[in-house]
Amino acid sequence: MSISKRRSTTPADSPPPVAGNGLLHRRALLGQGFLLAGAAATGFGASGNSAAAEPLKDDPWSLTMGDPTPPRQGPSRFEKNVVRLLSNPNHEPRNSHARTPHHMIQGSITPSALHFTINHSGIPDIDPAKHRLVIHGMVRQPKIFSLEDLDRYPMVTRMAFVECGGNSAPMFSSEPMQVSAQQLHGLVSNSEWTGVLLSTLLDEVGVDPKAKWFLAEGGDSCALHRSVPVKKGFDDAMIALYQNGERVMPGNGYPMRLLLPGYQGNMNVKFLRRIKLIDQPAMSFYEAKTYSQVLPGERFWRFHFLQEVKSFITHPSFGHSLKGPGYYDISGVAYSGTGRIARVMVSADGGKSWAQAALQGDPQPMAFTRFRMPWRWDGQPVVLLSRAWDEAGNVQPLRAEIVAARGQSSQPVKNPNQFINQHYNSVTSWGIDSKGEIKHVYV
Amino acid sequence: MSTCKLLLALGAAGALAAGAALAQSPNLGKTISEADIRAWDIAVLPDGSNLPPGSGTAAQGATIYAQQCALCHGENGVKPAPGYSPMVGLQKFDRMDAPKTITYYEHATTIFDIVRRGMPFMAPRTLSDDQVYAITAYLLAINKLIDEKEVMNAQSLPKVKMPNAGKFIIRFPDRI
Repeated sequence: MSISKRRSTTPADSPPPVAGNGLLHRRALLGQGFLLAGAAATGFGASGNSAAAEPLKDDPWSLTMGDPTPPRQGPSRFEKNVVRLLSNPNHEPRNSHARTPHHMIQGSITPSALHFTINHSGIPDIDPAKHRLVIHGMVRQPKIFSLEDLDRYPMVTRMAFVECGGNSAPMFSSEPMQVSAQQLHGLVSNSEWTGVLLSTLLDEVGVDPKAKWFLAEGGDSCALHRSVPVKKGFDDAMIALYQNGERVMPGNGYPMRLLLPGYQGNMNVKFLRRIKLIDQPAMSFYEAKTYSQVLPGERFWRFHFLQEVKSFITHPSFGHSLKGPGYYDISGVAYSGTGRIARVMVSADGGKSWAQAALQGDPQPMAFTRFRMPWRWDGQPVVLLSRAWDEAGNVQPLRAEIVAARGQSSQPVKNPNQFINQHYNSVTSWGIDSKGEIKHVYV
Repeated sequence: MSTCKLLLALGAAGALAAGAALAQSPNLGKTISEADIRAWDIAVLPDGSNLPPGSGTAAQGATIYAQQCALCHGENGVKPAPGYSPMVGLQKFDRMDAPKTITYYEHATTIFDIVRRGMPFMAPRTLSDDQVYAITAYLLAINKLIDEKEVMNAQSLPKVKMPNAGKFIIRFPDRI
């Protein structure tokens, strides 16, 4: 059953009124009838604000044979600025983040070359013929698998986002940092993953019912390891071998990674070489310290498995500027670690009024859903924000709600690469002034 | 058919079904013994399981720390190089931007584990188990979590009382 069918049975589906500051109905422009009706209602139509174009002539590239065809193609040379943002470009001996340029891409699949990566001790140069995955501990029979072995197992393909637990952490700053969606939210990306369900391999080794956890460990030099409940292992965990149809990218865990749909990115252990079934969590460095959250009152969270429901507007956003009043297509991404996106609402007046965004395609569980909202800007200052709901009924919090529950930095954060805390999922607000310049604001 | 024969027949059918299921499993990969996994089996659990034999003291650890760790983490655990964690820090974590140090951990075994698996950063898994016990003892002692003379080994390390123990809340207990 598709989500759109389900949604259409709820009273909430009755078309909401067009919201303040020029938000149009989500079905505007999809059909001519609606366009004409909308044009009549909003005064936005064929006349628009478009100027007359120049007469046409052939450009040089249309008059000569083009470039040779490369065996593996890359983007146009005019797209050189569409790159990831690096936290450690000089490869100093520490961790290294590469953030996805959400404000420069569209759709719901993150191109593999632009998928975010965090590597804690560089990217290992793994020979796939020599790589092994061992599964042992509280099992009937420990086994070791080569990539060739795993390639013969039944595989599944699914969409899933992977998000660092520290994504959006700059929004814990007491003052809004003037940085792009890439810097704020670039540690989440979405791919189509293909691989072997972990449950298939767990059945092969025979898990002792007393095993409640497994640790997953990588073949990188820091041998990064995390504890995962066995429950998740049997539910939907995957040994991912392919990313968007080709082998997993080196920075994303080549030749195999653990994929735990909806769970904190760091738990999706890359370069996976070992799984050990255990009766207690290992309390590894990353679960004991880095991905444990300081709460008000000297209490601390641990095992924050879930990446909770979130959305943010990518177009327009910080780093863009609007070229005068008129029509714009607002869009962004929404996702939740607890299921499908059910609804995204967009506001252009700082949250006073909201309109329902169009969701692109059939939302998949624990995966990006692109949302769109037609908008006619009248040139006055506006504040754009989006808010998502998932099928489990979870709603993306407002910033004030997170600050009330979790607090914020004691001083404004200066370094946007700093992770003062993790698991931040409130709405993001973009303030647009009358010149069309965009700032990150808190409302 | 007697009840007895019926049960036998059902039993035989069940055995056949089980055999068929086993045959359907791809059953690829190789079997391996725990002994042959030993070199990779380095994770230490908080109850002390899988801690190796060996021991070390803070005095021994101070020398190794000065040679192997101080360059990044700072002389005596303070004033680290930019971008690296100090090894001595706060006693209280009452604000979210308080840098987490040795005193943050709930279990001392985590310190042993991360030093053994990942340090020194440029040459991981080159320290002996005795050296790792000694560095762990040093880090605990400079944070005043153990006495300077206390010997750290597989028995004593899991018993070290950590100040934040009991202050951790499992965020999603229903998912365990």
